Amino acid sequence: MIFDFVEILFTAGFWAATIRIACPLIFATLGELICERAGVLNLGIEGIMSVGAMVGWMAVYQGADLYSGILIAAFVGAMFGLLHAIFSVYLGASQHVTGIGITMLASSLGFFSFKLILPYSTTPPKIEPFQPIDIPFLSDIPFLGEALFQHTPFTYLAIISVVFIFWLINSTPFGLSIKMAGENPMALEAQGIDVLLVRSMAVILGSALMAVGGAYLTMSAFDAFYFGMVNGRGWIAIALVIFATWKPERALLGALLFAGLDAYQVRAQQLAGAVIPYQFFLMMPFLLSIVAMIIAAKKTRYPKALLIPFRRGERH
Amino acid sequence: MIDFRLEQREHVSPWLVFFAPIGAVIFSLMIASILIILAGVNPIESYIKLFVGAFGSKNAIAETLARATPLILTGLAAAIAFRAKFWNIGAEGQLYAGALAVTFFGTGLIQLPSFLMIPFLFLVGALAGGLLLLPLVLLRNYYKVDEVVTTLLTNFIIILLVGYLLEGPWKDPMSLGWPQGASVIDEGVLPQIIPRTRLHLGFIISIFTALTIWLILSRTILGFKIKAVGINPSASHHAGIPVIKTIIIVALLSGGMAGMAGVTETAGLKGYLTLDLSPGFGYAGIAVAMLAGLNPIGIIFSGIFLASIYVGADAMSRAMNVPTYLADVIVALTVLSVLISIIMLQFKIVFGGQKRDI
Amino acid sequence: MGTPKKMSALLEIKDISKRFGNLVANDKISFTQMQGEVLAILGENGAGKTTLMNILFGHYKPDSGEIIFQESKLPAGKPGHAIEAGIGMVHQHFTLAENLTVLENIIIGEQSLLSFSLPQKSARKKLQDLSDRFGLPINPDTIVANLSVSEKQRLEILKTLYRDCTLLILDEPTAALTPQETDSLFSTIKHMVKNGLSVILISHKLNEILAVSDRIVVLRHGKLVGEVVTSKANRTEIAEMIVGGKVNYPKKEKSSPGKEVMRLENISCNPINESTKGLNGVDISLFEGQILGIAGVTGNGQTSLAKMMSGHLKPKNGEIFFDQKRIEVFNPKNFMELGVAYIPEDRNIDGLVADMSVWENAVITEISNEKLGNTLGFLNNSSCNDAAQILCETYDVRTQTLQQPARLLSGGNVQKLLLGRWLIRQPKVLIACQPTRGLDEGAIASIQKMILDVRKKGNAVLLITEDLDELLKLSDTVSVIYNGKLSNNFSAEGLDRARVGLMMAGEGFYD
Repeated sequence: MIFDFVEILFTAGFWAATIRIACPLIFATLGELICERAGVLNLGIEGIMSVGAMVGWMAVYQGADLYSGILIAAFVGAMFGLLHAIFSVYLGASQHVTGIGITMLASSLGFFSFKLILPYSTTPPKIEPFQPIDIPFLSDIPFLGEALFQHTPFTYLAIISVVFIFWLINSTPFGLSIKMAGENPMALEAQGIDVLLVRSMAVILGSALMAVGGAYLTMSAFDAFYFGMVNGRGWIAIALVIFATWKPERALLGALLFAGLDAYQVRAQQLAGAVIPYQFFLMMPFLLSIVAMIIAAKKTRYPKALLIPFRRGERH
Repeated sequence: MIDFRLEQREHVSPWLVFFAPIGAVIFSLMIASILIILAGVNPIESYIKLFVGAFGSKNAIAETLARATPLILTGLAAAIAFRAKFWNIGAEGQLYAGALAVTFFGTGLIQLPSFLMIPFLFLVGALAGGLLLLPLVLLRNYYKVDEVVTTLLTNFIIILLVGYLLEGPWKDPMSLGWPQGASVIDEGVLPQIIPRTRLHLGFIISIFTALTIWLILSRTILGFKIKAVGINPSASHHAGIPVIKTIIIVALLSGGMAGMAGVTETAGLKGYLTLDLSPGFGYAGIAVAMLAGLNPIGIIFSGIFLASIYVGADAMSRAMNVPTYLADVIVALTVLSVLISIIMLQFKIVFGGQKRDI
Repeated sequence: MGTPKKMSALLEIKDISKRFGNLVANDKISFTQMQGEVLAILGENGAGKTTLMNILFGHYKPDSGEIIFQESKLPAGKPGHAIEAGIGMVHQHFTLAENLTVLENIIIGEQSLLSFSLPQKSARKKLQDLSDRFGLPINPDTIVANLSVSEKQRLEILKTLYRDCTLLILDEPTAALTPQETDSLFSTIKHMVKNGLSVILISHKLNEILAVSDRIVVLRHGKLVGEVVTSKANRTEIAEMIVGGKVNYPKKEKSSPGKEVMRLENISCNPINESTKGLNGVDISLFEGQILGIAGVTGNGQTSLAKMMSGHLKPKNGEIFFDQKRIEVFNPKNFMELGVAYIPEDRNIDGLVADMSVWENAVITEISNEKLGNTLGFLNNSSCNDAAQILCETYDVRTQTLQQPARLLSGGNVQKLLLGRWLIRQPKVLIACQPTRGLDEGAIASIQKMILDVRKKGNAVLLITEDLDELLKLSDTVSVIYNGKLSNNFSAEGLDRARVGLMMAGEGFYD
């Protein structure tokens, strides 16, 4: 019996599943991370993922190709990011309330339009999602090939975006100004850079990534859209950002670790399903997120200007 | 980029404060009418259908007020917490915790006469909601674990727990396979206040609760402390106010209000616990609270208003073929428009060098 | 080319006006600065100096008026334009990102945000050149949080030089420096002027201005009230110009020490945050009728010391005695009840609840007092109002109504309110951190009088201030804090400023 539980770790299927489960979290965590590094908590994440899932899927269902679907999802996410930025950055409204409002708006608009376009569908219609492609030679490696190199292009895109965001934050003027906007916006302003613009761009870019994370669910992990499919992944991503101490490479690690535990519990559930009710397995991701936050909390050093609006020309 | 900045107003006219949320509501309805047009129907006609659906008959009004009951309570939950800048977004979970308490105690375990049973159920429901929040507020205060995320995540955990209980040990054997809990005993059921409608005693209780909370916040030492801690915790701490203790009390009150919403739904509206007991009352409570400017008296009205949107949207949807999700869109738009109105009350927008009032 | 014989105008400020709400911060200010000149802008706190410089640098947009720099009009309201034109500004509150390196803080803004790489290599070289040329050594790879105050200032100056500034604005640059560091800054300024820079120096300290400037412009209540060439300046005349008359500063009367009220024995604690030190084996005694002044560069443990003595921190080692009784319970409430009053340094963050009314701020320290409420926990509004009324009258807090939001009070009235609400409790020990920082001279005199009155009544005061002159004036004994350690006590009378300055920089402290 115990042997069975250990054996799970040695199946390529487990590792492949880990990567699949991690992907939407990777996009979402990176997206949130960029916003927070610039000083903006984006609680719109859950709704933006949801609308991204809907829009990407719907675009493909209406005849767009899969890659255009991703782009359209990203664009819609960016628009909600822009809305968030207008409120939280330019007007300096409460980031908490703005984010909750954006989540409510994005998801309800998503559901509204889905029902408007497809009013009578009872069973969710399906699209032809991204298919796994075998990377030549590498996919033939025993075990590793199946675990790492037989994924859909969307999955590889997730890994590429980690590298991209890592490079952006650490090696470009824009990344440096994002870090400064979240630490001491006055430092940025005094160097002649428009803080509000930098923060807005970060929120827009981050929101686009969140929407792409949502689209992964309907275009690569599954092939249909249904209500409530994001199911708290956005909130989990926020916990992961804290766990990752606002670093992209650690966000990847955190998402993989998290997804690994999730993939493991799905398999363990099949072994222990008779003993432990499935709801308790489904609770695991949420409990783990809270535990991860508790672990990270003591050492956590939040970006200093997080949640604090920057107002130009205000008397200090 | 547009050249503007915000300049803090020194005095805000009370009339402006009163009319701002009304303006926000009108603005939201205007934006939402774009969606109605996209759906291919006449927005004015739709809004008339919505209004009639919410207030057009005795039954409609009773239904609206019944729907307002949990919204007022979750609105209070959000308002108390937000006033102290404690971001409890977990009213949904706390509502279910209250409902679980009602199911545990109220379906036969405790037998009391009605005049004791009903207060008892509200008490245990409120305690359950408050206690669910207690570990999270302690984590926030002593370990700096952000309460926004933990309260949100707890919602999912509690709903899964409810799912387990209703499919497993607490499942009502009489329910013909539906996952629902046993019925609340007759002494615990909240009586109807208008015969042959679904409007029950819970509505009166929610209004009474709102008045009590208003009294606490505006007239008592505790209210003073909550206000001070909410505006400036550091200065309050240095002035000798026990900040952590105050926030714990706030959390218990806030969770308690949400728990009470679980009681009204279980013991009042349905009579038993179901998995779809709350279609997002916890989240909608945030909109209720924001629309009322976090004022408990205002919450009575904003709760009724948003309830009328939900109830009216059902009727409108049947008549006009506009998806019911329009109600959720309107509620979301309300939150955002209220934010704009708050900013406009606090600040003058100054374009370029010259000032212009908006 | 060589330096031009005849000086030409570098900067013209023309009729600049700026209001914040009802406050006129700048009222039609005009003056001219010559090439290669060190121009001092002098005025008390709140006179409008910083506002004017923020307008020049583009942080604020003026309501009217214009600025001519190097014979062309400077576009208003954008720091980017000012930097491009060759204006650099060192703000009083440093504008540095603490989690980034020195080099990162310098290169940001040099390039378009859309470019793909950071010019680390060339930047490093340019920084090295500037360091050498102006004698401002710095390690480009240090994280800014690890720099000392004077190193941070050096970095701020290098930041402006890196962007090729020709006019350098220094806003209260000496506020946090030791006397020796101040001298060294002044020689840097002279060195920079020799290299072709022009400098605007903002200060409220007359001595420094006289030492380093060529010409002086005096501002008062937002208006330009005088312009003089430094070499022809008359001290007393300028001093009166600054405050618009005479200010009656309180005089310290003789007072002999009474019995010991509070004693710290070998107290240690960890730092509370990254911007301050902890305490390391500190011994302190406070005596009745005496003021103990703590000198030191900000961030050496002053905040920890104040928090320790007011119950906000628990010692890791050591003991605290109050009236010869050992304190067992370390929380602010217990210390309050013993008779400790604590005025934190940042009155807007730790003192005032700005969006509550004046009366609410007046009674907040007494809110648990049964006189203000009934047994059910309801507030008694009339007794609250009475208490607030008495407080405002006793300590001369000027407010239009008790109901107005406290944020509308002037800085001086805020501080009188905050100090007053503690003094009305008749504390045996007053811990005052930076009590007069940022106040105008009239308010400074009132606050100093309130502090001296505590001493006169036979109570003890611990005074922590950056302003060495104030410290020496008010204190009976002085001790220097450095890196969480305290020096021996010195009698304030006849104490040598230079010696204190050296100790502030760590001389005489051993591990």
